[in-house]
Amino acid sequence: MSLKLSIRQVGDVTVIDAAGRMTLGEGSSDFRDKIKELTASGNKRILLNLGEVNYIDSSGIGELVSSFTSVSTAGGALKLLNLTKRVQDLLQITKLYTVFEVFDDETSAIRSF
Amino acid sequence: MQTVTLDSSLEGVDQGEALILDAARRLGFDEDALHEIGVSVRESLVNAVAHGNRFNAKKKVHLMLSEEPDKLCIEIADEGAGFDADAVPDPLGEGNLLRQSGRGLLMIRAFMDEVSVTRREPSGTLVRMVKLRRPAA
Repeated sequence: MSLKLSIRQVGDVTVIDAAGRMTLGEGSSDFRDKIKELTASGNKRILLNLGEVNYIDSSGIGELVSSFTSVSTAGGALKLLNLTKRVQDLLQITKLYTVFEVFDDETSAIRSF
Repeated sequence: MQTVTLDSSLEGVDQGEALILDAARRLGFDEDALHEIGVSVRESLVNAVAHGNRFNAKKKVHLMLSEEPDKLCIEIADEGAGFDADAVPDPLGEGNLLRQSGRGLLMIRAFMDEVSVTRREPSGTLVRMVKLRRPAA
């Protein structure tokens, strides 16, 4: 199952609900394009809900990092919501839990921006 | 030992991943182990196809699989220019955390029980990895 992205607005925060696999050739570049589009249109407070993403490869991790950097450089913030155990493990292995702000509750995540 | 020759394409990656996962299921690996094997094989196949063979249709990826009662041994070889694993910047190193690439081997080493990366003669890279099957708790 390739990556599916749904966008919704909660106050001034843009929530991206992602579902599927985030791998090379299966939507990781769609994610990059979506982030570019959002930041270019002034939506720089982005919450990425990964609750339905069970599989991320190193290419997908690279896209997450690249998007984090581009949103931060634009003066915004990209935060993560609802990580599955497997994605949590990947962030531990790659030490990226020290980079990303991660939430398991959407209300708290929205308030944190 | 079963050997399969794959095209240097993302379809070849999918084919190789599916073949290894079928074998791992036959051996009785649990869902978490299947995920770890799948990610590791995919990372290694993507490296072979993209960085080794550079999607060159004339070059192939060779996938070798050996099933034993307590483990699965996988070898993935490309026909590229060769790869020096020690030359890859440490993805956990100071200043490298925000690099976009270079985490594939780190993930493979975290998920598999044995991993080696060697140069092939006359050219190419061979990745050998082993996953042990642990008895159910």
